[in-house]
Amino acid sequence: MHTIPLSLVTIIAEPVLEDRLVHDLRRLGASGYTITDSRGEGSRGVRASDPPGVSIRIEVAAGAEVIDRILEMLAADYFPNYAVIAWLTEARVVRGEKYLTR
Amino acid sequence: MSDILRQNLLSPIALAFALGLFARLVRSELHLPKDVYAGLSLYLLLAIGLHGGVELAHASIATITAPAAVTLLLGVLTPVSSYLILRHLGRFGEQDAAGIAAHYGSVSAVTFIAAQQFVKAVGAEPEGFLPTLLTMLEAPGIAVALTIGVMRSQGGSRPIGDTLHEVLTGRTMLLLLGGLTIGFVTGDQNWQMIAPVFDTKGAVFRGVLCLFLLEMGVVAGSRLGDLRKVGPFLLAFGMIVPLLHGSLGAWLGITAGLGVGGATVLGAMAASASYIAAPPAVRLTLPEANPTYYLTAALAITFPFNLLAGIPVYYRVAQLAHGS
Repeated sequence: MHTIPLSLVTIIAEPVLEDRLVHDLRRLGASGYTITDSRGEGSRGVRASDPPGVSIRIEVAAGAEVIDRILEMLAADYFPNYAVIAWLTEARVVRGEKYLTR
Repeated sequence: MSDILRQNLLSPIALAFALGLFARLVRSELHLPKDVYAGLSLYLLLAIGLHGGVELAHASIATITAPAAVTLLLGVLTPVSSYLILRHLGRFGEQDAAGIAAHYGSVSAVTFIAAQQFVKAVGAEPEGFLPTLLTMLEAPGIAVALTIGVMRSQGGSRPIGDTLHEVLTGRTMLLLLGGLTIGFVTGDQNWQMIAPVFDTKGAVFRGVLCLFLLEMGVVAGSRLGDLRKVGPFLLAFGMIVPLLHGSLGAWLGITAGLGVGGATVLGAMAASASYIAAPPAVRLTLPEANPTYYLTAALAITFPFNLLAGIPVYYRVAQLAHGS
């Protein structure tokens, strides 16, 4: 099958941020997202949620430009004050046109 | 006084809470599944709303006006007093002080329920329309404290309107207000059909409350480790300020015409700190406020304090205020 390379950004965040994050991701051009419930701890040890240790994991596959915008947004609006981390992995997807919006 | 303190400590709900606390301390893996906890809280909130609404239909506007006014007054006073004490006596930062004040300005429904059960047990039947006052105390305190916090921040905070919208449409508010409306409108005859399940004096309600408090004990217990991080001032604040607010609330309740039972519950509401509605509101609007402070204070200090010692004290204050 024909596949194209894309970046997948994975964001781990406090559950209370879900609505706001989804709104921001959409605004920056993400064509979709997937959220999973997760749990864990971070380097700062701030237990900001109740129950503590619970988090959400959001995954977005998008083109390089959108990914860049997302990472910049996270660095400006979320990293300073919230328990949020993000990393990139490289993925290959089928039906690549589904993920490329702008 | 020591009699009612002891009686309170031996009540099933206090003991269930203690069991949960103990379980956590000995590192048992006992806990209520998250969804069960959510389901039980849904039931408890709906029950107080429904029963309160049915009772509200029996009350006249005249009997409610003064208590309602006093409740709103408390809703505006308690966040301000908390903020000032934290900022100027405790030397907390503006965001931290505002964040904590938002919790103490709001109300804990479970503390309300515990107070209701206490006064019923000692024979001081509270007014049936009290759940109406509960709904009035939830939002104002959060709004006032967030406003203080946002005014003092460097900008870039989320608009308060959004947060208020969330608080007012949150599940607590919706279940309480919705329950009140349904109870009010449906009337006594229809109420009899569901009363066996939702009557707050009934066995089902009390049994569920025990289960719920068991989990509250586990939750409070898991926060005990953070007590070391919050410092002695917050520790003292978490007990002394509820005593102040609770006594004021009980006294104002008597002057507004409530009975000893009703005034005790009002005092307990004023003394309580929210830990459901306030934390997400504060986290989203005042991100610089340290969650360890407000979550630990509300869950590990004030809630257990009110449950185990505060409520009997507010009862005593109400008795004294009524007698004189």
